[in-house]
Amino acid sequence: MLGLVVLGLLVFCALFADVIAPYSPSEQFRDAALRPPSLAPVGGHVFILGTDPVGRDILSRLIHGTRLSLVIGIVAVGLSLTGGVVLGLVAGFWRGRVAEYVVMRLMDVMLALPSLLLAVAVVAVLGPGLANAMYAIAIVMLPHFVRLTRGAVLGELAKEYVQASRLAGAGTARLMFDTVLPNCAAPLIVQATLGFSSAILDAAALGFLGLGAQPPTPEWGSMLASALEFIQSAWWVVTLPGLAILVTVLAFNLTGDGLRDALDPRLKR
Amino acid sequence: MSLLEVGRLTVEFPAGDGALVAVDDVSFSVAAGEVVGIVGESGSGKSVTALSLLGLVDEPGRVRADRLAFAGRDLQTMAERERRRLLGGEIGMIFQDPMTSLNPSFTVAFQLMEAIALHEGGSRRERRARALQLLKDVEIADAERRLDVFPHQLSGGMSQRVMVAMAIACNPRLLIADEPTTALDVTVQAQMLALLLRLQRERSMALVLITHDLGVVAEVAQRVLVMYAGQIVESAASAELFAAPRHPYTEALLASLPERNAGNRRLASLPGVVPGAYDRPRGCLLSPRCPYVRERCRASRPPLFDVGTSLARCYYPLGAEPRP
Repeated sequence: MLGLVVLGLLVFCALFADVIAPYSPSEQFRDAALRPPSLAPVGGHVFILGTDPVGRDILSRLIHGTRLSLVIGIVAVGLSLTGGVVLGLVAGFWRGRVAEYVVMRLMDVMLALPSLLLAVAVVAVLGPGLANAMYAIAIVMLPHFVRLTRGAVLGELAKEYVQASRLAGAGTARLMFDTVLPNCAAPLIVQATLGFSSAILDAAALGFLGLGAQPPTPEWGSMLASALEFIQSAWWVVTLPGLAILVTVLAFNLTGDGLRDALDPRLKR
Repeated sequence: MSLLEVGRLTVEFPAGDGALVAVDDVSFSVAAGEVVGIVGESGSGKSVTALSLLGLVDEPGRVRADRLAFAGRDLQTMAERERRRLLGGEIGMIFQDPMTSLNPSFTVAFQLMEAIALHEGGSRRERRARALQLLKDVEIADAERRLDVFPHQLSGGMSQRVMVAMAIACNPRLLIADEPTTALDVTVQAQMLALLLRLQRERSMALVLITHDLGVVAEVAQRVLVMYAGQIVESAASAELFAAPRHPYTEALLASLPERNAGNRRLASLPGVVPGAYDRPRGCLLSPRCPYVRERCRASRPPLFDVGTSLARCYYPLGAEPRP
C-alpha cells in the first residue's frame, strides 16, 4: 500500500516535472553554487534542497530525474519482458528440442556473469549513453523473464485444457499466446514490477560509472558521480540523489511484494 | 460401415536404449451410435490410445498404424490442417480432470463461444444463445448466471459438465470420454453417466468410454475392450463379457469387484504387477501373473483368437477349446 502511494507520487512528479520543478534542471545560478538546503532566499531564489557545484537547483534536478528513471524502467522492462516471454514460450513449447537447449544454455551463460559486469560489457560494445544503457539493462534482465516464463509454461502445458484447445483446432501460435500465456501472467507481472527497481538501480550504477546518461542530463546516478568529490564538504549533493534512488527502488519492491501476495496462487491460503 | 476404424495401432515412447510400448497392436472399430467401453488398469494404454486417435501424442512419441480412419477417411494421409478441422468438429473429447480441463483465464461463455466460433461461426449474439442452450443441455442449473463465471468458481462436477458442453458444441459424431467420472463424487458420477448416455442417445453419437470402473462399463457399454499392458486382451459384447469372460485377466478383473467378494475378508487379486518397459515377458504379457499359465504361454505371445462371439488373446481361453 505504502509502495503504491510513493509510486503514485513518483509518477505524478514524472508527468508534471515541468510544472512542479521550481527551476529548469540545467539552469545555473553561478552566485549560488553549493548552497546547503535551506528555506532562506539567496539572491531572490529559494533552493529548498540546496544547489550543486555549478549552482543548479537539486530539487528541480531530482524531479526531472524521476522522469528519466521511470522511462528507463519502462523501456528496459518492456524490452526484456517482451523478449523474455517470447523466448520462454519457445523454450517451453519446444521442450527437449534444439530450440530449448540453445535458448536455455544461452540464458545460463548470461546468468553466470555478474549482472553489472555484463551491463558494463554491453555498454562498452554499444557505446555509452542513456539509450544504450537501457538496452544493456534489458539484456541483463532477460534470463529471469525467460526462465520464469518457461517454468510457468511447462506447468500450464501439463493441464488438460491445453489438450482440449489443441483438439478444438488451435495451432501452436494460438496455443502459445492465447491459451497459455494469460495463465502465466501473474508471476510475470510480479517479476516485471521487481525488475523496474533493478533496472533503475542498474541505470544509476551505469550513470555513476559514466556509462549511462551523460551530463548535463539530470539522471540520479550521474548526479552522484559528478558530485563525488564533494562528499566530505557538501553532504547534500551526494545524499539526496542517493535517497531518491533508495525511495524509488523501495517503492517498487514493496509494490512487487504486494502484487505477489495478491496474484501468486501458491501464497493464497 | 464403421465410424472409426483402428488397425494395428502402436504407440511407442523412446526410453533409454529401447522403447516403451504404450499401445501394442491395437485394432478395433466403433460403429455410428455405438457405445464402446475400454477398460484396463492404470498404465494399460487406454488414454494413450485415445490421444493417438486424435493426433495429440507429442514428440518423442511415435504412432504407427496400418489403418486409422474416421467415417471412411484416412486420418494418416490427411493434411494436418484438414485433420484438425475434422477432429475438433466431428470428434469430441472429455478429459479426466475437470479442474484443469478449462482455461482458468477465461469465462465459461468465452470458452464455449470460442469453440462454437471455430466450427460454426455465427454472430456474437447467436453464439451466446447457443452457449446458453448447451449449458442447459448438460443440465447446469441457473445456466444464465453460470455463463459469465470463471472456471475456479465452479465445482468439479459443474466443470465436467461445461467440458461436456464444449465437447458436444459442434455436434460431434464420436465422443471420447477419458475417465469422465474418476474425479467426481459417487452421486455425481451416476448423474454424469446418465447425462452422457442421454446425450449419446439424443444425438445418436458414438461414445467411447475409457474407464477402469467395470461397474460403469456394465451399465452403459454395448461392447467392451479389455486392455492390459498396451494390448487388447479381450473384446466382447458387454453382457457376454460379464457372463463368460474368456481371458484369464478379464476373469481376474471381475473377480476383484467388491460386489463379487461379499462376505470375503479380502478382495480377490492377481499377484504381481503390470510389466514395464524393461521386463516385458517374451511370451504372453500376462504369463508371469496368470493362474493358468502353461509352457506355451511363456514361449510365445498369443494373437487375438476368435472365441465364440468374442475375441481373446489367449491360447487357452476359459470355457473353450485350446487354440492351435
